[in-house]
Amino acid sequence: MPNIIDKAIGIMPEHLSVYGKRSSLLASNIANANTPGYKARDIDFRAALAQAGGEQMALKTTRGNHIADAGSTMSGPEILYRTPLQPSLDGNTVDSQQEKARFTENAIRYQSTLTFLGGKFTSLKLAIKGE
Amino acid sequence: MSLFNIFSISGSAMSAESLRLNTTASNLANAQSIGSSEATTYRAKNPVFAAMMQSLQGDNVSFGVEVKGVVDSTTPLETRYQPEHPMANEEGYVFLPNVNVVDEMANMISASRAYQSNVEVLNTSKQLMMATLRLGQ
Repeated sequence: MPNIIDKAIGIMPEHLSVYGKRSSLLASNIANANTPGYKARDIDFRAALAQAGGEQMALKTTRGNHIADAGSTMSGPEILYRTPLQPSLDGNTVDSQQEKARFTENAIRYQSTLTFLGGKFTSLKLAIKGE
Repeated sequence: MSLFNIFSISGSAMSAESLRLNTTASNLANAQSIGSSEATTYRAKNPVFAAMMQSLQGDNVSFGVEVKGVVDSTTPLETRYQPEHPMANEEGYVFLPNVNVVDEMANMISASRAYQSNVEVLNTSKQLMMATLRLGQ
């Protein structure tokens, strides 16, 4: 049964998690718009998703008495630095307008994934009830 | 849940920006606070911002804003020869604060705009979280 539900909702939870992480990064960029020396950062959504959906980076065990790792959680999406269009004197590379636009875009993507996910749940409910 | 982080990030930024607004208000209010010596005259105050690591939870690195402190401006004070002024020193000079009103106005607008952006970020995140909580209902 959980398998059916997992199949129905697909990779959407990973989408949501990556969008959530990205929105927190973009929020830090906006928050630090006036912090000297702060470098704006972002994640590459496609790469992050590939990592979230693909296999986890696991340590290989070559001997019987090696301890297998429990799945590394430190290997998250790679956080990259933005190339500033207009570098400022204090070393800050936040472009408020850009960051705000990206934050809004990210929020809408999150929202739409949520809507899709909600739709999946609605149809699952309909199927369960047999209506 | 990374969205929870945003509350502390934007919250710290809002408090930092409101502190900047506060120092600006203090500077503008004291722009004409004439003193009789270099030591007792008001000096323009500026907050120092720094990025503060909010969380290093696995892959999630985000930064809030930390106020490192408020420093006095080191710009030299303006002296004016005004022997009839009650605050004048023995040589007849008064000291004017090193507050640049134009700078302060620009600072004020910048701080209020930044505050607004953070409020918007907070609001959007709140709506997203509420929508997530309502998922499947």
